[in-house]
Amino acid sequence: MSDPWHDALRVARLVAEDPHGCGGVLVRAGAGPVRDAWLQTLRDAFPRDAPWRKLPGGIADDRLIGGLDLAATLSAGRPVSQRGLLAEADGGLVVVPMAERLPAGTAARLAAALDTGTVRVEREGLAETRAARFGLILLDEGIGEDERAPEVLAERLAFRIDLTAVSWRDTHVHSSDRASSPAHLSRSPPHPEVPASAGLEGGLQGPMRSLDASASIRHLGMRAEGTGEGSGEDAVAALCQVAAALGVMSLRGPLLAARVARIAGRLGGRDAPVEADTIEAARLVLAPRATRLPPSPEDAEQPPEEPAEKSGPDPADGEASADSDNQTTTALDERVVEAARAAIPAGLLAQLMGGPRPRAPKAGRIGAAAASARSGRPAGSRPGDPRSGRLALVETLRAAAPWQRLRRQDGEGRRIKVRPEDIRLTRFKLRTETTTIFAVDASGSATLERLAEAKGAVELLLAEAYIRRDKVALVAFRGSGAELVLPPTRSLVRAKRGLSALPGGGGTPLASGLDVATQVALSVRRGGGTPVLVMLTDGRANIARSGEPGRAKAGADALGAAAAFRATGIRAIFIDTSARPQESARRLAAAMDARYLALPYADAGQVSGAVKALGEEAR
Amino acid sequence: MQRRPPGIPDPFKSIRISVTTFPFSAIVGQDEMRRALLIAAVDPSVGGVLVFGDRGTGKSTAIRGLAALLPKMKAVVGCPYSCDPAKPAEGCPHCAMAAGKRVSHLVPVPVIDLPLGATEDRVVGALDLERALTLGEKAFEPGLLARANRGFLYIDEVNLLDDHLVDLLLDVAASGINTVEREGLSVRHPARFVLVGSGNPEEGELRPQLLDRFGLAVEVTTPTDLPTRIDVVRRRDAYERDPAGFCAAYEKADGAIRKQLTAARTRLATLTVPDETLEAAARLCLTLGTDGLRGELTLMRTARALAAFEGAGTVGIDHLTRIAPSALRHRLRRNPLDESGSTARVAKAVAEVFGP
Repeated sequence: MSDPWHDALRVARLVAEDPHGCGGVLVRAGAGPVRDAWLQTLRDAFPRDAPWRKLPGGIADDRLIGGLDLAATLSAGRPVSQRGLLAEADGGLVVVPMAERLPAGTAARLAAALDTGTVRVEREGLAETRAARFGLILLDEGIGEDERAPEVLAERLAFRIDLTAVSWRDTHVHSSDRASSPAHLSRSPPHPEVPASAGLEGGLQGPMRSLDASASIRHLGMRAEGTGEGSGEDAVAALCQVAAALGVMSLRGPLLAARVARIAGRLGGRDAPVEADTIEAARLVLAPRATRLPPSPEDAEQPPEEPAEKSGPDPADGEASADSDNQTTTALDERVVEAARAAIPAGLLAQLMGGPRPRAPKAGRIGAAAASARSGRPAGSRPGDPRSGRLALVETLRAAAPWQRLRRQDGEGRRIKVRPEDIRLTRFKLRTETTTIFAVDASGSATLERLAEAKGAVELLLAEAYIRRDKVALVAFRGSGAELVLPPTRSLVRAKRGLSALPGGGGTPLASGLDVATQVALSVRRGGGTPVLVMLTDGRANIARSGEPGRAKAGADALGAAAAFRATGIRAIFIDTSARPQESARRLAAAMDARYLALPYADAGQVSGAVKALGEEAR
Repeated sequence: MQRRPPGIPDPFKSIRISVTTFPFSAIVGQDEMRRALLIAAVDPSVGGVLVFGDRGTGKSTAIRGLAALLPKMKAVVGCPYSCDPAKPAEGCPHCAMAAGKRVSHLVPVPVIDLPLGATEDRVVGALDLERALTLGEKAFEPGLLARANRGFLYIDEVNLLDDHLVDLLLDVAASGINTVEREGLSVRHPARFVLVGSGNPEEGELRPQLLDRFGLAVEVTTPTDLPTRIDVVRRRDAYERDPAGFCAAYEKADGAIRKQLTAARTRLATLTVPDETLEAAARLCLTLGTDGLRGELTLMRTARALAAFEGAGTVGIDHLTRIAPSALRHRLRRNPLDESGSTARVAKAVAEVFGP
């Protein structure tokens, strides 16, 4: 296992060398001294005059991208533009605290700037393109799998480091190291005369131990005979193979790794990256992106030594030499995979053991974050009549300001002239957005009865929700508890995926299911939306809230949860999925004040009609 | 004094940046996306291209590459809407004034990026700030829609575009005319462009009305076979190390596509669609139950553009079947959840109608 703090320091050094080329770093850690220490290290690695900008989550477009400078425009009498934060950060870093809550729109603007190195301003009468070659530091303070920085940005950044497991003491140990070896993390980049190994000293000790050092050296010697170009190409192939072995699907992974290898080479004073640089890049860039464990070396058909022996090229036979080329590639990969394996986060295995990790939960926060951005907060402004909304004073003045000179010609006086077309109203997101929460009973009894049919009904309702552009959320309860399978989202693709991956079996923890559904519904309502609950169950609770089996206690708990739900006043529909309508289900529906529908009698169309009517009433 | 590490630009330097683009011909794979973009370049009336798919599949790269590849077009000198000198747009306020003595020049086909943070005044055009402030004149400053006339309007992350901007686009894309009524101005000008959108379905669904405006919809996925993946990364890596040299190496290939495009455009006018192909298109649409005639029309136009691009003498069933998935997959009256299924359904219908 490599040392995360050591790696983090090395990452800081690499980012400082070429912030825009690396994209940046996703730092998963809570706010605290360890993260501060890392940020300070990063800052020290940068030239003092390099820009360093903090991006507040709720930043408006005029500060992010740029726009008209109101004060300067008024005093100068001509349009004066104002640089946005992204343009100001050109050549430096943009630091995003609480990146897990970054709205999707802001993330997309950042992504566009990262891709092109420029920021396009098409706002308020200005049209310009400004350089914005910055690196991005996403400070992800999320807890648990669900809370993550937007993937659209994370995948554009070369590095992901996790400092949650690093203790404050660890950082001190290495700080004293740093004092004793000035080449490591020095402020200025190493001079070319510094021996190549000096720059790599920090990062490579860990993996080198686990590698066959002699094979590496042999390989290095062999590559030295080839051209620099050749070794670069070889490295690219190796990185692609490693990415495939680690299940890194997006090609940005190997591409960023190739860039990092070059940067590492440059830091070491070399013109072209050598094997050690490639290995380091795989370890730092690809390993943290792994979605599966690479096959172990014992599984590989080729022992690593073999290609080195075979490497004497046979010029007479083109086929054979191509073949041996392939084998050297394989050998390099294996070493690279080996290094990457050593750096795979410990948690990955646990995650993998829990079944295939869907992409959905990762991206799931995007929907939720976007929802929180519309929580009655002003979302820009629009022209309109002040009688029909709240006046946005600054925006109105901004709209009126440019025309003052023109208007003064029409009349007289030195006051600011505001005309009806200047008036801007604050735009709030509509409160009528409906979120349909599906609480699906996936217990053993339901599976027996008809989970498949219930799924079918949900799918139909999802289709309806799509047409109305509603959001949907999915809560499933089975076994000993309930979970939010899908946070409120508008992505039907994800909803569908969540639903089809829903396993069945186990007891019926009805109370827990209702509790979770109620919580979700309340959070939707807090966010300014209108929740509607659709409950699909047979109503036969047999797991109490505490997780203990027992019908009597479970039934009482469920009725209690139903009463708590009723108190919220949220509309609900109760679909009885049992083969024969149950009295217990009917009672529960009554306790929830929910409309009761028995699936045997309700064909799919009737169900969707009922839900639609409910949504309209709720508005 | 500290030395600035290489790669860190001087923040106080001028903001002029020259950006080279990754050559279109150097894109590995993604045939469906490339074909759709080229078809839209051959015949802009097909109505736009929507590219939806995984991250990091070169969606933006392909569209920016296409911009560099397109043959130049003749335009009226001084016309803010780049009107065709042979046939100026009817509503063009500039060319209507200067009738009779039009001078033309060659300009690159506009490929205009609509950035997400754009404000409405810059999209549709507004009063010219500079002139209003300094000279006190009322003058119209054309916006992005004006600049995109006769070219392409590209929206990355189209599903994140503000709703009020989408409304604007829907109207203009349908009529080809941009009407501006604001700040005391009343202007109508031509805005006929090929709408190109890209996005990731995981970020959210596209409004059905906007979906319908696109003629072709393509799905892109990350290549899964290793040699292709290596090739993609290798080329990208080579490009990043030496953009100028890399572009020079592909200049010839780009030039070949450019020639093919020019030839296709002239051929398009003479290419007629035989009754047999028209009937096949109608049968295919009937089988799939697509709404209205728009599907058939697009299918016919795209098949014709494809035939023209490939230099075929006639529009055959083969062209039709190859383009059918892109032209029809977003028009099916379908279960909206069945995102992956729509491609399969088109393939099934093609097999049903034309035999295996």
